[in-house]
Amino acid sequence: MDRLADMSGYLAVAAVLGAGVLLVTAAMVARRLLAPRAPHAAKLTTYESGVDPVGEGWAQTKVRYFVFSFLYVVFAVDAVYLFPWATVIRDADLGRASLVEMAIFIGVIVLGLAHAARRGLLRWV
Amino acid sequence: MTAVAPLALPAAFQPSNVDYLAILPLLIVFGAALVGVLVEAFAPRERRHVIQVGLAVVGLLGAAVAIIPAAGHQGVTMGLADGSTNRQMFALAVDGPALFMQGTIVLMGVLGILTMAERFGGTGPDAFTPSGASTPGSANETAAARAGALTSEVFPLTMFAIFGMMLFPTTNDLIGMFVALEVLSLPLYILSGLARRRRLLSQEASLKYFLLGAFSSAFFLFGTALLYGYAGSVYFGDLSRAIASGPLAMNGLLLPGAFLVFVGLLFKVGAVPFHAWTPDVYQGAPTPVTGFMAACTKAAAFGAILRLAYVGLDTGRWEWTNALVLVALLTMVVGAVLSVTQTDMKRLLAYSSIAHAGFILVGVLAFDRKAIGAVLFYLVAYGFATIAAFAIVSLVRQNGAEATHLSQWAGLGKRYPVVAGAFAFLMLAFAGIPLTSGFVSKFAVFSAAVGTGGATGTVLAVVGVVCSAITVFVYARVIVLMFFSDAPDDAVEVVTPSVSTTFSIAIGTLVTLALGVLPSALLDLADRASQFVR
Repeated sequence: MDRLADMSGYLAVAAVLGAGVLLVTAAMVARRLLAPRAPHAAKLTTYESGVDPVGEGWAQTKVRYFVFSFLYVVFAVDAVYLFPWATVIRDADLGRASLVEMAIFIGVIVLGLAHAARRGLLRWV
Repeated sequence: MTAVAPLALPAAFQPSNVDYLAILPLLIVFGAALVGVLVEAFAPRERRHVIQVGLAVVGLLGAAVAIIPAAGHQGVTMGLADGSTNRQMFALAVDGPALFMQGTIVLMGVLGILTMAERFGGTGPDAFTPSGASTPGSANETAAARAGALTSEVFPLTMFAIFGMMLFPTTNDLIGMFVALEVLSLPLYILSGLARRRRLLSQEASLKYFLLGAFSSAFFLFGTALLYGYAGSVYFGDLSRAIASGPLAMNGLLLPGAFLVFVGLLFKVGAVPFHAWTPDVYQGAPTPVTGFMAACTKAAAFGAILRLAYVGLDTGRWEWTNALVLVALLTMVVGAVLSVTQTDMKRLLAYSSIAHAGFILVGVLAFDRKAIGAVLFYLVAYGFATIAAFAIVSLVRQNGAEATHLSQWAGLGKRYPVVAGAFAFLMLAFAGIPLTSGFVSKFAVFSAAVGTGGATGTVLAVVGVVCSAITVFVYARVIVLMFFSDAPDDAVEVVTPSVSTTFSIAIGTLVTLALGVLPSALLDLADRASQFVR
């Protein structure tokens, strides 16, 4: 019992989860009870705003978008580190060392970008 | 609410203290890896291979030299100490075990790089393909080679892996340990998929390693979260203190947390029941990579296990020791018994590495300074022998491809006595025969287990000796096969290697012999390096 007493903070999390599950279940059950049922094969097809569905549900996208999403993630994560640093860069305690450290941090990323560019990964074929 | 509130950071800004000399070996290897990336992009294609190999070897040797000044700057670094609460919040602990492991990994890395650089007269490294995803000899592969996608990029990848491996036993907190785990793993996932021959096996190895490795990383992270919930901090010092003083009420978090973190680490050393990837990956990966992986990853991961067991979770030892004892027993028994049934040389060595992981775990579980020294010595002895053994495996060929089936090795000793003799010697070292490093290292860990491990230590040592006896049969069978059976008509040949591979085989074998005949120098060094800093 002692063991659980200190975990009581997590009770709220469990309650939220439980409430969520309960809400969805209640909605589904209520729909099932209230709505009329008329099953039809056409109702099982993909809904495309009234137009007849064309092709399969699975479609290929070009793999080269991957490179750009990848680069986006790299620089987005990079910015996550830059913003908190930017708010304190004027602090006298931080000094030039932090500027150099940040330059090294960016430099490593830019180096990777240079490698990718040189190898032709950024060219849109 | 939680009993232990998350420990607050100091209110005022404090710059972190970095002792650059202490982390110089790490910086050199990382720098060399970055320069390697630039070389890959800008150096002329025909000279890239030579530049990359030279850069990697020079970088690693430079790092090895830099360990000497770093040894004078031992202590925790990369962080700050909070005066008011007397907390040490440092990301890295540069101490004896860390530096010893760094030196081991760097020197074994040199041998690994030299084995990977083997060209057999071709233009690029022989074991690797420029395009791991395509069919061997297909138009795609040719196009990839023509587009300049050379195989020399394996060297920067290896350097990044070595950087992660050096970082792994040096980290002083769980998050840093996770970062190091990823840095060392990601290049290895790629490297194991780049085999030029038997491509499907290689691709399978890469995928399996990646998926199971991602699983184990998730285990590690989840354990980290639970331990943070327990202690309110990810630093090993805080963790140890929280366990010593912490309320029993939170044990619901400590036990699963410790267990999950250990799962993540035991996966990397291939301990049973987290070993399923080992034979497949060791077989599928390019043979030089397998040797490098078997030696260096194991050293790095055991360094991390040592730090976690002796610094982070030491005060809660009674909570998790029994689980680890069970893992050690299973690892020795399963590794030894299953190695008997293997018919493929690389799989045989993989199961042998699993059994060795069990023997090393016996040393870890002795919980003593002497035991740390024994484990460190074992990792050096096993690593050098393994790199040389896999390098020899990569030389035995039939129709240009590696002949790894045991039956193909029949009669090898009669036709190539030197190579087969070296391999037989390494087999004897794996078996733990006197006058080889294997005997000294096994003696060291088992005597540490009997000396300070208590009753469980004695049981573990007895099981360990029995399992060694089983593995002796396996290795003896290989030797008998090589020297006392007739070669088949379509006999295999031993390709004449270049200087680099010859060098790494020779050094690996000589180290195995030297550590068997005159082990005291390294044993002393390992013993002196066995003090963790807190």
